[in-house]
Amino acid sequence: MAYENDMNLKATELRLGLPGTIDESQIKEPSFLKSNNKRSSGDMDNSANEDECSPVPKAQVVGWPPVRSYRKNVLQQQKKNFDSDVLGMYVKVSMDGAPYLRKIDIKVYKNYPDLLVALENMFKFSIGVYSEREGYNGSEYAPTYEDKDGDWMLVGDVPWDMFVNSCKRLRIMKGSEVKGLGCL
Amino acid sequence: MRSFQSMLNYFPEEVLEHIFDFLTSHRDRNAVSLVCKSWFAVERLSREKVFIGNCYAISPERLIARFPRVRSLTLKGKPHFADFNLVPHDWGGFVQPWIESMVKDGVNLEELRLKRMLVSDESLELLSKFFPNFKSLVLVSCDGFSTDGLAAIASNCRFLRELDLQENEVEDRRGQWLSCFPDSCTSLVSLNFACLKGEVNLAALERLVARCRNLRSLRVNHTVPLDALQRILLQAPQLVDLGTGSFVHDPETCNKLETGMPKCTSITSLSGFLEVAACCLPAVYTICSHLTSLNLSYAPGIFSKELVKLICHCNKLERLLVLDTIGDEGLGVVALTCKELQELRVFPSDPYGVGNAVVTEEGLVAISAGCRKLDSILYFCQQMTNAALIMVAKNCPNFIRFRLCTLNPTVPDAVTMQPLDEGFGAIVKSCKGLKRLSVSGLLTDLLFHYIGRYAEQLEMLSIAFAGNSDQGMLYVLNGCKKLKKLEIRDSPFGNEALLADVGKYETMRSLWMSSCEVTLGACKTLAQKMPRLNVEVINESGGDQTEASVDDKVEKMYLYRTLVGPRKDAPDFVWTL
Repeated sequence: MAYENDMNLKATELRLGLPGTIDESQIKEPSFLKSNNKRSSGDMDNSANEDECSPVPKAQVVGWPPVRSYRKNVLQQQKKNFDSDVLGMYVKVSMDGAPYLRKIDIKVYKNYPDLLVALENMFKFSIGVYSEREGYNGSEYAPTYEDKDGDWMLVGDVPWDMFVNSCKRLRIMKGSEVKGLGCL
Repeated sequence: MRSFQSMLNYFPEEVLEHIFDFLTSHRDRNAVSLVCKSWFAVERLSREKVFIGNCYAISPERLIARFPRVRSLTLKGKPHFADFNLVPHDWGGFVQPWIESMVKDGVNLEELRLKRMLVSDESLELLSKFFPNFKSLVLVSCDGFSTDGLAAIASNCRFLRELDLQENEVEDRRGQWLSCFPDSCTSLVSLNFACLKGEVNLAALERLVARCRNLRSLRVNHTVPLDALQRILLQAPQLVDLGTGSFVHDPETCNKLETGMPKCTSITSLSGFLEVAACCLPAVYTICSHLTSLNLSYAPGIFSKELVKLICHCNKLERLLVLDTIGDEGLGVVALTCKELQELRVFPSDPYGVGNAVVTEEGLVAISAGCRKLDSILYFCQQMTNAALIMVAKNCPNFIRFRLCTLNPTVPDAVTMQPLDEGFGAIVKSCKGLKRLSVSGLLTDLLFHYIGRYAEQLEMLSIAFAGNSDQGMLYVLNGCKKLKKLEIRDSPFGNEALLADVGKYETMRSLWMSSCEVTLGACKTLAQKMPRLNVEVINESGGDQTEASVDDKVEKMYLYRTLVGPRKDAPDFVWTL
């Protein structure tokens, strides 16, 4: 295909256009097509990287493609919902002292008790009783999660839906660290 | 012997009026009013439906003066490219002066259809209070109003038959507007609130549906859950057009719906699916075989397999709107199943991403081969080839509307790397009845030469990132005799093309040019030469008209013919030259 030699021939390429005009979108175009063609040619180290990372949105021209803003907004909103609804909200769960992590789909659970029971079963431990004042009383474990801001929070403080939407990963803390939380 | 002509002149007016009653299209009525003075007089006094393609071409006062018996008014405001964020929000297109004028002159307004206009709650309130026979409100791509305005319509329009809201941006005030329909309201025939974002009172909705026995069209929004929809369908088995809300539920409700559906034998049009779980779709399989219209274009979650399972039942389909998640394969199934298809629209599901869901020229060719009745297409695709377009032109010579949009605006033929001139050229050559065309991809002046030469019936042309020189635009202006609307963006057309035939613009409704090569000076010259055109320059970077140099390139220009001179409601950033 022509693209493999595109870089070399560009200078001598015959194009219809006023001299000196650079068609921006044409220059961008080869890289766009590269990221779709999953070929691993020597010339195209770039494309190999692009395939591995999450897709980079190509440069956005205002109003292109010509889709009504209403439609764009609706689809964007749905995409947010869809990604979490259908693809599941899988988060990593680590347990202090455990050799490897697990992953669970928190969308599967309807509330905190469901989630905590599942965690107890998965890691074979028992979590204490939750109270707003003291956290989890009665065991040396406390379920915590990392939220969107990167902070580690105690599981159970916020409404369930809010938790589901902000939880990035879970960590079941154990031992002296737990006591530390209880003092807050 | 009296000539036939003079005998016609003595036709009693009542007879003429009766004959004109049969003329429903405004074009026909416009034509007869040009025949002679008496026909003009009879026609204007008997016209009830008026269509105004550009609200600034005429004033409400003059409209009412000419057509005092107007009962139905259609108005369009902003230029088409406003749909794609190219026109600032408050550019114009206010409906308020029209309503005020009609109130003042005691017009017996029964129907108002607006597109791309700014509608305020105040306008809606006036509408609802001063036109006692008001029956039908259709708003398409409008904004500026909230659910409070809808509440006024619901409360006050005693004989309301139609409330149809299509793709509007409506502010939700959580005021339970739907509950404002009084118990005495039983006249609704069509209710479409799919674009609203907020919740409605479900019980009120169910009661409303139950008492409106003539309800034929109902499109709900995404907050109406499946179980409510199921109950509503039981109340309204006479529905012809259904727009679902949220189509997600537990299997039990889906089953209930599935058993209830067969009773809805009259549903021929289905849309909505604003939230959908694929597992619930089988509920609608039983009505698929009578569907003539299906819109799945707001459901990105349904992939090709499920779409195909649904569509393979739809053998009477005439109109289909889908996302490109359907894929070329899915389009192949459409081609095999939907032999009656007339209109197809394939929208991009992921406009900016390096999508996995795409359609290519293969899907289009398959459709053209299988659906020979196709006359209208809007197709967003990853790539295209001349060979494919030539094949499509051969298979479907009946296109009236042909709109192709490549996701990359200047992509060449995917196989030959050539411009797509020959492909689109084949379309205009073959489709002798083509009225609307949108082109994209790598295109040179040659395409415009073809368009000017062959597209004799073309009325609307949309060009983006195409052409090489003024010659391209000149081909179109000189060749397309029936051109009404021309919109161009990001193309190298400049002053020479703009000024070559200034009289042409009075034969057209409007011209839009943005990011082209026209200068302020040329626009001023044009405005000076043609007093019956409004030449507007949209200048968003601020600054005064006096500061700008005549050699400055104009970012956005919109000109249109008008009988009423420059508009008085233009905001600061719109310079009327």
